[in-house]
Amino acid sequence: MNINTNRASIFLGSLALSVVIAGNSAPAASAQEPQVIDITAKRFAFSPSEVHLKAGQPVTLHLVSQDVKHGFFSRPLGLDETIPAGQSIDVKVTPPSPGKYSIICDNFCGSGHGNMKMTFVVE
Amino acid sequence: MKRELDRRSFLRMAGASLGFGALYQFAGSALGNSRALAQLAGEMGRENGEAPAPFSFVQLSDTHVGFNGPPDPLGTKAFERAVQVINKLPHKPELIIFSGDLTHDSEKPDERAARMKQFKQIASTLGVQNLRYVPGEHDAAIDEGALYREYFGNTSYSFDFRGVHFVALDNVSRGKPEVGAERIAWLQNDLARFPKTAPIVVFTHRPLFDLKPEWEWFTSDGDKVMNVLAPYENVTVLYGHIHRDDVHEIGHAKHYAARSLIFAFPDPGQVPDKKPIAFDAAQPFKNLGIRVVDQNRASAPAINDIELTVNEYSGTVGIQQLLKSGVA
Repeated sequence: MNINTNRASIFLGSLALSVVIAGNSAPAASAQEPQVIDITAKRFAFSPSEVHLKAGQPVTLHLVSQDVKHGFFSRPLGLDETIPAGQSIDVKVTPPSPGKYSIICDNFCGSGHGNMKMTFVVE
Repeated sequence: MKRELDRRSFLRMAGASLGFGALYQFAGSALGNSRALAQLAGEMGRENGEAPAPFSFVQLSDTHVGFNGPPDPLGTKAFERAVQVINKLPHKPELIIFSGDLTHDSEKPDERAARMKQFKQIASTLGVQNLRYVPGEHDAAIDEGALYREYFGNTSYSFDFRGVHFVALDNVSRGKPEVGAERIAWLQNDLARFPKTAPIVVFTHRPLFDLKPEWEWFTSDGDKVMNVLAPYENVTVLYGHIHRDDVHEIGHAKHYAARSLIFAFPDPGQVPDKKPIAFDAAQPFKNLGIRVVDQNRASAPAINDIELTVNEYSGTVGIQQLLKSGVA
């Protein structure tokens, strides 16, 4: 996984401050930079399977495939991404309102693909 | 032309007690001798060389040959049973369409090929010459349809049959649930020669609308496909993928999902998770059934979803018989 300098510094900063977003171990962001959340895709699950976010607060999703090509799709969040095999992409998203949002892999990745999903809990 | 002829006037599904899948009948008699029929017949005759005429066809879906799991320990038995039932129809259908997931995916190319061969072997026992296919994601997503094409030909194509224009539309082989701009342009060009009243049947695998996106029951650019179809007044979309019956009307088009021949999914409005309905040994083919639309009524078509029961194979003894016999 390639982590750029900016995100690495955010990560270290978050460790020092021991700031953890509720229900999720993702690092906190500075006032200027969106929080970065690392999500791994590997047949047939995302890790973590649940992430807690705040409505109206932009975040950057760092999506990493550890094997084949995967999708990252949520209609209400406007997400329709493709994660190339063995690579990573960064995607910005601002959760619009509180609620539970299901995100699915929509790029067929094998026989267990049909239940590859995760949840954003937006508070 | 006044819209005297709508889809209700030409689409008829029949065969309630006859078998699996869905048996559709295009009934010229339902059109009567109306001026609309005469006009459409003339237009279709000029465009296709063949005017609409009564005929019937069957839709089968999601046979998943090669699947072996708890939701259906019987493997291909439902498919084989469907073949047997279709072959005994008193009025043989002239055409059978398969709306995807003919086979279940495998990591091994040799195994995938073996499953496609097995599918074709079973399908070859159908007493109907005209068999048409469209792929599901299990058939074609993993290699962009390469192996599927070797066994079944193009993933998207069209043909005319008894004055009806059929379009097989691939929305799986790009990996994601989408048709793609190139195929949509092809569709637009393919339809351009037809009058707006032409009867058109699109058969595809995934729903072309947002039925349940969280369960991957959608096609991301399905709205663009339906925009291309919007000017046409008699459009029927037949699809599979969701392993349950469903009827949806959007604009001029009516969308019908067929039950599968392997296992069923529940109503997504009733359960939180996408899990197959558990196998019931007392009713081995429960939830694998047919839909009947009765066009004899003057008003809206009567749609009857009929769950198939196979009494002779019910219960524990019946299951043993089913597993022993070569064909159910």
